[in-house]
Amino acid sequence: MSANIDKLHDDHHHTPSGIMRWITTTNHKDIGTLYLWFSLIMFFIGGLMALVIRAELFQPGLQLVVPGFFNQMTTMHALIMIFGAVMPAFVGLANWQIPIMIGAPDMALPRLNNWSFWILPFAFTMMISTLFFESGGPAAGWTLYPPLSLQGGDSMPFVILSIHMLGLSSILGAINVIATILNMRAPGMTLMKMPIFVWTWLITAFLLIAAMPVLAGAITMLLTDRFFGTSFFTASGGGDPVLFQHIFWFFGHPEVYILILPAFGIVSTIIPAFSRKKLFGYDSMVYATASIALLSFIVWAHHMFTVGMPLAGEIFFMLTTMLIAVPTGVKVFNWVATMWRGSMTFETPMLFAIAFIVLFTIGGFSGLMLAMVPADFQYHDTYFVVAHFHYVLVPGAVFAIIAAVYYWLPKWTGKMYNESLGKLHFWLTTIFVNLTFFPMHFVGLAGMPRRIPDYAVQFADFNAIASVGAFGFGLSQLLFVYILFDTLKQKVSAEDKVWDGAEGLEWTLSSPPPYHSFEKAPKVE
Amino acid sequence: MSDSNSYYVPHETKWPFLNTVALVVLFIGLANYLNGYNSGMSIMATGLVLLLIITYGWFSDVVSESEAGTYNAQVDISFRWGMVWFIFSEVMFFAAFFGALYYARELSLPWLGGVGSKVSTNIVLWPQFENVWPSNGPTNLGGDFILMKAGGIPAINTLLLLTSGLTVTWAHHGLKEQNRNKLIYGLLLTVLLGFIFVGFQAYEYMHAYSDLNLKMTSGIYGSTFYMLTGFHGFHVTLGAIMLTVIMFRCMKGHFSGDNHFGFEAVAWYWHFVDVVWLGLFVFVYWL
Ligand code: HEM
Ligand SMILES: [Cu+2]
Repeated sequence: MSANIDKLHDDHHHTPSGIMRWITTTNHKDIGTLYLWFSLIMFFIGGLMALVIRAELFQPGLQLVVPGFFNQMTTMHALIMIFGAVMPAFVGLANWQIPIMIGAPDMALPRLNNWSFWILPFAFTMMISTLFFESGGPAAGWTLYPPLSLQGGDSMPFVILSIHMLGLSSILGAINVIATILNMRAPGMTLMKMPIFVWTWLITAFLLIAAMPVLAGAITMLLTDRFFGTSFFTASGGGDPVLFQHIFWFFGHPEVYILILPAFGIVSTIIPAFSRKKLFGYDSMVYATASIALLSFIVWAHHMFTVGMPLAGEIFFMLTTMLIAVPTGVKVFNWVATMWRGSMTFETPMLFAIAFIVLFTIGGFSGLMLAMVPADFQYHDTYFVVAHFHYVLVPGAVFAIIAAVYYWLPKWTGKMYNESLGKLHFWLTTIFVNLTFFPMHFVGLAGMPRRIPDYAVQFADFNAIASVGAFGFGLSQLLFVYILFDTLKQKVSAEDKVWDGAEGLEWTLSSPPPYHSFEKAPKVE
Repeated sequence: MSDSNSYYVPHETKWPFLNTVALVVLFIGLANYLNGYNSGMSIMATGLVLLLIITYGWFSDVVSESEAGTYNAQVDISFRWGMVWFIFSEVMFFAAFFGALYYARELSLPWLGGVGSKVSTNIVLWPQFENVWPSNGPTNLGGDFILMKAGGIPAINTLLLLTSGLTVTWAHHGLKEQNRNKLIYGLLLTVLLGFIFVGFQAYEYMHAYSDLNLKMTSGIYGSTFYMLTGFHGFHVTLGAIMLTVIMFRCMKGHFSGDNHFGFEAVAWYWHFVDVVWLGLFVFVYWL
């Protein structure tokens, strides 16, 4: 496979400039860049909403916002962070990295690639605009449980249709990733020689294709229940509101692994590079990822232990959930074993990766506590759950994304970021993230419910600390933006092989790589 | 013209962006319509028309590229993977509704009827309720209705779709043997069978609404019945339209015996619609 050089040269003369370049682009790097910038913007919009929440929760009582608006903030914050910040960031990384990691000229289906991206800004504009409606935005939580979500105002169909668009975008993106990985690898790159990041994305793509349509089904039923008089979720007609929860979480739990598997891939790439050793147990990493993905389809009801399921159901879902800890443990073990006796250095990507291992594991442990049915009866719908999923998602997924950006930024831009600023960013972020989310464990165990704008006075101190942490975390991310722009302005160019311990085809390309990645497929030994 | 060695990467495209714009117009219109604003319908119609035009434009580009031989064997494989996994995503979409049907029949209705540890649910909420399928729930939502029997139209429709699965395979053989008559008549038959199916389905709906008092609002039976058959009927319609396009392309002499991904993709889609129907026939109409 080699790309037609003449034709490609021809293309350069036709490439539109300015905004049209970005609207019409089919280039995996351009699209990757679009995804990453979009994700960063959404990260800040979702972050502002989180700060509204934390500002209100700084003290007990109602100070800043009315409860209805508070609920809109929690709902929109989650939807934006999940579908707008974390998922697009991973797709952006996939776009940039997969072709240059497997030696392909581009993604397999370039027009579809453009489409998956451009759906996002439109869908989110539609979703966020509902906040300005007279009846306000969605307020029933990102999980959209009926009957509450059926009682929303005019925003309801807009939000549902925008989620349909997000699902479409994810499915198209996933199809593209699968076609690229299965069909575009350089000769000699067998599946078991693929970079681990590519493996994790391949498995994530399957999760997306299996899970997103189920979400589409669930929200379609919400729509018809509200507007066409069906009774899927109405007991008087023979349906059941709990049915929605089953379908939603059948999507929802694989979704949380969609949010973490690519992060596993990133950490498994960065840890060996800065330990100057091969990844410990590559094969077991692949199998662990695959088993996590498979198991993730039979654990969903651990989100609904308190709805009154039959005992057999509670026990089944408790055991399967705990089973996931086994492959997850394999991964953590392998990361630590990779570092064991390595000649380690601690550049910014490595710092974020190590923090990932430590802090993600804390989230894993709180997950295990939640997985125990009797314990969950106490913890469910408290801040303990909030602490759990923020530990896996912020110092988990988000840290991995930040680590990936620091790791590959010199490759993408051809410029080196400022290492001391990077380290400063790391320490600020890590300290504030713990300040924000650790106290939530305590108030949660003591019984503070989630999604409520007011709370009993005994929770006041820990909440004040969490709010201070949140503002610190938010402000620290402005430093990240500064570092990004500062990098673009640097004078010295980065080397092609930026990190001496890094491995992979992407480091054989120039920094920044040529517009068309591998015009001639590289040989893989 | 084309270099069979190169993987074709189109250098720019306006279609996806335009398509998104059209989709948003369509959805804004739909949401407004659902919210009860009069403007909704016309916005929706505008979006739909735009979407059709743009999709036509997009596919025209792809078809002419394909006819010009721009796509090499590797591109063909990408298309195949794309279509396979797209169909799989559709399977999962239907799975959600089949899951709802299963849950209603095996769990929520028995529980409302007081099975096992759920006696108190029944006693407290609707003590008079006895669970017999088909059910429109403990409050007899939508009033008494008559269920749709599996014999009659659904059985005929099953035959129609199964036959159409054969005719499309027959056409495929025609294409591989370069037998144009077999190809085009095979496709024509398939398309006709498809549209007759849709016609029968429409008739069945009218019959259900006017004679059986079976409506979307007829509790969980009506909900699952119309949702499953409705989405399936929509997919049959789409499939039949796509087959029609393929038929016209065949008549223009597109596709060759060893290179006809477009044909195969639509044929796969048709078989998928067929299989879903079998599921419907068994679980919605029969059992
Ligand atoms: C060791 C692995 C894990 C276990 C055993 C586990 C277990 C649980 C359980 C039992 C709950 C439900 C708690 C309740 O509502 O009462 C929960 C909630 C949640 N988990 Fe995990 N989890 C694990 C890993 C993860 C990962 C990796 C992520 C995401 C990256 C994640 C994201 C979430 C989210 C978002 C929620 C809350 C959803 C909501 O109610 O809004 N979890 N987890
Ligand atoms: Cu879960």
